[in-house]
Amino acid sequence: MAKVLIKGNEAVAEAAIRSGCRYYFGYPITPQTEIAEYMAKKMPKVGGLCLQAESEVAAINMVYGAAASGVRVMTSSSSPGISLKSEGVSYIVGCDLPCVILNVQRGGPGLGGIQPSQSDYYQATKALGHGDMQLFVLAPSSVQEMAQLTADAFGIADKYRMPVLLLADGALGQMMEPVDFDMLHFTPEPEKPWAVNGHGGKRKKNIITSLFLKPEELEANVLERDKKYKTVNENEVRYESYMCDDADIIIVSFGITARISKAAVNDAREKGIKAGLLRPVTLSPFPSEILKKLSDTASAFLSVELNMGQMVNDVKLAVECKKPVYFYGRTGGSLMSSADVLDQIEKIAGGLK
Amino acid sequence: MIVYKRPEALSKVSMHYCPGCTHGIVHRLVAEVIDELGIEKDTLGVAPVGCAVFAYNYFECDFIEASHGRAPAVATGIKRTHPDKIVFTYQGDGDLAAIGTAETVHASARGENITIIFINNTNYGMTGGQMAPTTMPGQVTTTSPYGRQKMIQGNPIHVCEMLSTLDGVAYAERVAVNNVKNVRAAKRAIKKAFQNQIDKKGLSIVEVLSTCPTNWGMTPVDALKFVDEKMIPFYPLGVYVDRNAMGGESDDK
Repeated sequence: MAKVLIKGNEAVAEAAIRSGCRYYFGYPITPQTEIAEYMAKKMPKVGGLCLQAESEVAAINMVYGAAASGVRVMTSSSSPGISLKSEGVSYIVGCDLPCVILNVQRGGPGLGGIQPSQSDYYQATKALGHGDMQLFVLAPSSVQEMAQLTADAFGIADKYRMPVLLLADGALGQMMEPVDFDMLHFTPEPEKPWAVNGHGGKRKKNIITSLFLKPEELEANVLERDKKYKTVNENEVRYESYMCDDADIIIVSFGITARISKAAVNDAREKGIKAGLLRPVTLSPFPSEILKKLSDTASAFLSVELNMGQMVNDVKLAVECKKPVYFYGRTGGSLMSSADVLDQIEKIAGGLK
Repeated sequence: MIVYKRPEALSKVSMHYCPGCTHGIVHRLVAEVIDELGIEKDTLGVAPVGCAVFAYNYFECDFIEASHGRAPAVATGIKRTHPDKIVFTYQGDGDLAAIGTAETVHASARGENITIIFINNTNYGMTGGQMAPTTMPGQVTTTSPYGRQKMIQGNPIHVCEMLSTLDGVAYAERVAVNNVKNVRAAKRAIKKAFQNQIDKKGLSIVEVLSTCPTNWGMTPVDALKFVDEKMIPFYPLGVYVDRNAMGGESDDK
C-alpha cells in the first residue's frame, strides 16, 4: 500500500486497530479528539467498540475493566484529562494489567492552553498515579513513529503486563505526514490465563485486585513488580543516536523538539561545531547508560524541551556531574526554531573554547 | 435430606463483617441466585471500596476490585468486551451515590446490561460511620455529630427514585433484609435483576436497606428495628421502575 497522508492522532488510532485493539474508551479534549472520532467511525466496521465515557475518570476505569477481562484496549487524552486518569492508571499498575494510554500534551498547569507542550514529562515518568510505580513511556517524534510505537506499545503492555504511555504533543498529534502502514510490525496477543472472564467451570476463580492490607504482603507484591521494572530497565531502553560518536556538544531531546534539534545539529556541523543528538525513544526506561558513556567523550550536554526543564534532571543524573548539562526550553505552547537551538549550541561552544 | 446449605457460589470462608451486619445476608442471597440461575461459571463480580471491598473473597466467580465509586465504569468495560458474561457490581451508598454518582448515573443512562446490588446503610461503614449521601435528616454520624441538617450538610439522595427516571434503567427496586418476609422479597428482586441481564433488558438495580449496628451504636436487634421504624418510612420499599412490565423501552407513559 502506498503511503497515506494522515494526522498523528489518526495514525495512532489506525495503528491501534491494526494491532488488534478493538476497544477504545475516551472523552473529548483538544488536541487529541480526532482519535475518538476516528475510532467512532472505524471500530464498528471491524467489530470493535468506541465508547464515549462520561469523564476521563470513567474512561480509564472502563479500560481497567476491559484490560482485566483480557482484551487489547486503549484510551487517549491530553494533559488535564491525563491528570484525571491518574487514579485509574495506579490501579491498572497495581493489578499488573496491560493497556495503552496516549497523552497528546498541551500546556499547563491547570486548563493551560491547547498548543504543544512537553510539560507532562515529570508526570509521565515519575508519578502518573500514587504508589511505587513505573510506567513504560514511549516518545514518538514523527507520525510514522506514532503509528509504529502504538503497535509496539500493545506488544510491550502484554509482554510485561503493564500500561504503556505514548507521550506525544499537540504538534505531533495535529500535523499530517505520510505514513506507510504496511511497514508496521505487530506483536501477536498472548494468552491471558489471569483474566477475569468467567471461570467456565474449568479453573479456580481469578481475582484482580490491588488491595493488600498486610504490610508484608503489599511489600512482596511491590518487590515482585520491581523485578519486572528491573528487567524492563535492562532490556527495553530505546534511543536514536545521531552524530554522537565524535560530538563535543550533545543535545538530548525527545518528540517534536528532537526534530528541531536535529536540524540545529546539522547547522552546527556546517559551522564546524561538533554537535550530536541523543533522542530518547523510551523516556521510562530512560537511556541513562548511553548518556553516561557519552559523557566520557562529549564536553557538554544540552537538554532541549517544551517545558521549564524536566528531563534535564534525568540527563544530569545520568551524566553524574562529569560534564556540564545545560537546558533550553520554551513553554506555554510556543515551539523554538532550529536557529534558537543553534544559538544555544554556539553559546555553549563559545564557553568551551 | 439437606434442606439448607451453603450456596455453591459462596466461598467456604468466614466473612469479616461485624456481628449483626446484613452484608452476609445479601451476599448469601446473591450466591443463591447465582446457583439457581446456574451462571457462576460465566459471572464476573465487581467489588467496591467500602465494607464490601473483600467481596471477591466471598464468591466463587471471577472478581475484580474497582476503585472507589468506579464499579459501574469497570463493569461497563467488562460487559462491553464480554457481552455474553454476567456482570454485577456490589456497592455501598458512599461508593455508588457520592464519589461514584457520575459512573452510576451514566451507566444507568446508557442502559448498560449489568446488575447493581446497592447496599444502603445510611453511612460510611468502613471508615467508621461518617455521613453518607443516604444519611437521613437529623441522623447523627461522626461527620454530622449534631444530626444531618439541611442547611449545612444538605439533603440525602433517593437513589432508586432518581435512577428510575432514566430510560436505560430496566428495573429498580428497593428492598430490605430486616425480617424474613423482606429477605424473601429481596431475593426475588435480586433474582429478577440477574434474570433481566440474562434476557438483555438493560441495567437493573436493587437497593437493599441494610444495617450497620457498629456505627449506629445499636445492638443487632435494635438495628433491625431502626430499618423498620426509621429507614423504610424515609426510603419506601417497592418497585420504582420495571420497564419490562411496562412493555419495554418504548414506553414513555
